[in-house]
Amino acid sequence: MLLLLLGIIILHIAALVLLFVSTIVSAWTVGSTSSSDLWSNCSTSNGGYHCDPANSGEWIQAVQALMILSIIFSFLSLFLFFCQLFTLQKGGRFFLTGIFQILASLFVMTGAIIYTVMSPEWVPETESFGFAYILAWVAFPLALISGLIYVILRKRE
Amino acid sequence: MLVFLALVSVALVTIAPQSQAIVIYTGWERHALVGSEVRLSCSFFSWRWTSEDVTFSWSYRPDGSRDSISIFHYTGGLPYLDNKGPFRDRLEFVGNPQRRDGSILIKNLDYSDNGTFTCDAKNPPDIVGRPSSVRLLVFDKLPVQAGVITGAIIGAVLGLLVLIVVIYYLMRFLVARRVFNLSVSKHGKKAKGKEGSQQRQGPALYAALDQSKLKASASEKKKQESRKDKK
Repeated sequence: MLLLLLGIIILHIAALVLLFVSTIVSAWTVGSTSSSDLWSNCSTSNGGYHCDPANSGEWIQAVQALMILSIIFSFLSLFLFFCQLFTLQKGGRFFLTGIFQILASLFVMTGAIIYTVMSPEWVPETESFGFAYILAWVAFPLALISGLIYVILRKRE
Repeated sequence: MLVFLALVSVALVTIAPQSQAIVIYTGWERHALVGSEVRLSCSFFSWRWTSEDVTFSWSYRPDGSRDSISIFHYTGGLPYLDNKGPFRDRLEFVGNPQRRDGSILIKNLDYSDNGTFTCDAKNPPDIVGRPSSVRLLVFDKLPVQAGVITGAIIGAVLGLLVLIVVIYYLMRFLVARRVFNLSVSKHGKKAKGKEGSQQRQGPALYAALDQSKLKASASEKKKQESRKDKK
C-alpha cells in the first residue's frame, strides 16, 4: 500500500518536473545556429547572439498559457491529493485530484499540438524539434496515467 | 553666521535659474495603423506664466536619415504648417497654446512616416530646455503585446475555476438554507395546526439522506468484507 502511494506521488512529481523543464528550457526547436522556446527565438547570426521576444504570434502565447495552466493544475492536483489523503473517508476515490491531473494533461497536449501545427510559422525550416518539446509530449501520457490512477484508486487504510 | 546665510542665498540664486528651465513632455513611442490618424501631444512645464510669445516647433527625422526637417511652427498666436514637405495637407494643429498644449494631428499615415518627431517649446523668457522626442511606428496591424493573451487565457481559466468553486459552495449554502427555512416556516404555520404532516418533511429528508448514507456505508462494508473473504 505504502509502495503504491509512493509510486503514485513519484509519478505525479515526475510529470510536474517534466512540465517545468519543458516550459522553461530553451530547446523547443534547435538548429545548428539557433534555438527557440516558448518565450524567445534566439539565434547566433553574424554579429553575435540575439533573441526576439515571443510577441510575434498569438498562438505562441496560447501555448505559453496552456503550459503554465498545466503546471498550475498539476500543482493543485498534488496539493488536493495530500488534502484528500487525510480527509477522505474510507473507500472514497480521489476524483477531484484525478480530474485536475487529467485537465493538466489535456492542457499540455493541447499546447504541444498547437506548437506542432504552428511552429513552421515562427522558426526557420532548418531547425528540428528539441528535447523540451519531446519532454512536453512525454509529460502528457504521464500526467494522464497518474490522473486515471487517481480516479481508479480507492482510499483503503 | 551671516556669511553662511549669504553663501546659502548665493547658492539658491545660482541654482534657481536652472530649476526654472522649461521641461518639455511628449510620449515615448506611438503606434498607429496605416491610413489612420495619430495625435502627437506635446506639453511643457515652466515656472513662468504662459506668455503671449509662446512658441512650439515640431521637426521630423525619418528612420534611417540623419537630417531632420521642420514641419510645424507656432509663433505669435498663429500656427504655420508644413506646406512643401512630406506632411503637406496632412497636418493639423489641435493644441491649445494657452494651456501649454502644442499637439499636432497627422492624418492618413503611411509607412514612410515612420520616424522620430521632436517637439521644442519656448516660453519667453524661459527658453532653456531640451527638446523631447516621440517615435512613431506605423503598422499594418497593431502587434499584440507580449503576455497579454497568455495572461488572458490563464486568468480566464483560473477565474472559471474559482467561479465553479464559488457556485458550488453557494449552491450548497443555499440548499442548506432553503431546507432550514422550509422547516422553520412550517414550524410557524404549525401554530394553525394543519400541516403537521408536512412539517416533518425537513427532518424526514435528513433522515432519508442519513439512511442512504447508512446504506452506502453498509454496502461499502459488505464489499470490504467480501474482499477480505476473497483474500
